[in-house]
Amino acid sequence: MTETQGTWPLWEVFVRSSRGLSHVHAGSLHAPDSEMALRNARDLYTRRNEGISLWVVASTDIIASDPDAKGMYFESPQGKDYRHATYYVKSEGVKHL
Amino acid sequence: MSASKTDHTFDSFGDSSASATRVTPGNALRPEDIAIQQEKPGELVAQYALRLGDDALILAQRLSHWISRGPELEEDIALGNIALDQLGHARSFLSYAALAWDKTEDDLAYFREEEDFRSLHIFEQPNGDFGVTVMRQLITSIYQHLLYTALLDSSDETIAAISAKAVKEIDYHRDHAIAWTLRLGLGTEESASRMRHALDILWPYVGEIFEDEELHAQLGDVGVAPSSLHAAWEEEFTSVLKDAELELPTVPFAMARGRRGEHSEHLGFILAEMQVLARKHPGATW
Repeated sequence: MTETQGTWPLWEVFVRSSRGLSHVHAGSLHAPDSEMALRNARDLYTRRNEGISLWVVASTDIIASDPDAKGMYFESPQGKDYRHATYYVKSEGVKHL
Repeated sequence: MSASKTDHTFDSFGDSSASATRVTPGNALRPEDIAIQQEKPGELVAQYALRLGDDALILAQRLSHWISRGPELEEDIALGNIALDQLGHARSFLSYAALAWDKTEDDLAYFREEEDFRSLHIFEQPNGDFGVTVMRQLITSIYQHLLYTALLDSSDETIAAISAKAVKEIDYHRDHAIAWTLRLGLGTEESASRMRHALDILWPYVGEIFEDEELHAQLGDVGVAPSSLHAAWEEEFTSVLKDAELELPTVPFAMARGRRGEHSEHLGFILAEMQVLARKHPGATW
């Protein structure tokens, strides 16, 4: 990965704060391998009682959308009101909706 | 030490029905609670707590020297966290011991002389390079883990309660030390040779850890005779070394009498740095 620059590879950290909630991206860190990444995540992101579960993922394993492709990816749904439930009016005769 | 003033009446303290997303400090035993508890230890129990507290305090002071000097930011914080855990244990044990003499944790930490400290020599050994610090952590965290596990059954409730909190934290210190010992032992020829060097210079201070004192026999089931932990320690330590392809050194044990207040030249410097502020400005707060 970035070993040649003399620094440890980058990892993304996800913390689950409580049962029933999902893991949320908390930040990133450097670590020589996955085990140390998990330990570092514990030290960096849960030291104030923030979490009950941790995930770490090598940053290079994350496939991200291209910020320049915003139009193609994310602007198409705009104006398509009919994809939202609020677009529809209640049909006559429906009592319990 | 006692700078934070936590509101005891904060009503969601440790309450599991509180908001799922609110971050709370939890409801673990705190030194502040020990300092105001009614049950005071007798002289022997206080002497025992003083020993455990001094060990943790000197290690905390040593480890905190890594802050801003760690090999990477993440490791810097890891060692800082471990130092703070040790400081927490020290505060609890010293707060408890202090009750016996109508003193405070600060009196014991800042206003005792070198010969009054009862810490073992292994804890005052210099940090050296990262390998020496990892090896000192390996030696001491395996020992402290066995010790606090055994002290869960202490007949003294406060000692047992402090140990119950500490053992979970030490479990992580041990895990951290083992992980690094394996990486450095199995890493490069350079890292392995530094670990061998670390073993050679720290091994002489292992013997003292497991020496019994008269106090241990007098304490009965309040404390744990250090010699009773030796076999388990050696088994676990040797097995980590084996996995890391390191060998037990052949250097002999040193004569070390930290428990009698006889220290190496290092402790004076540690105390000078640790105590200077409190002595120059007694009662200072921030």
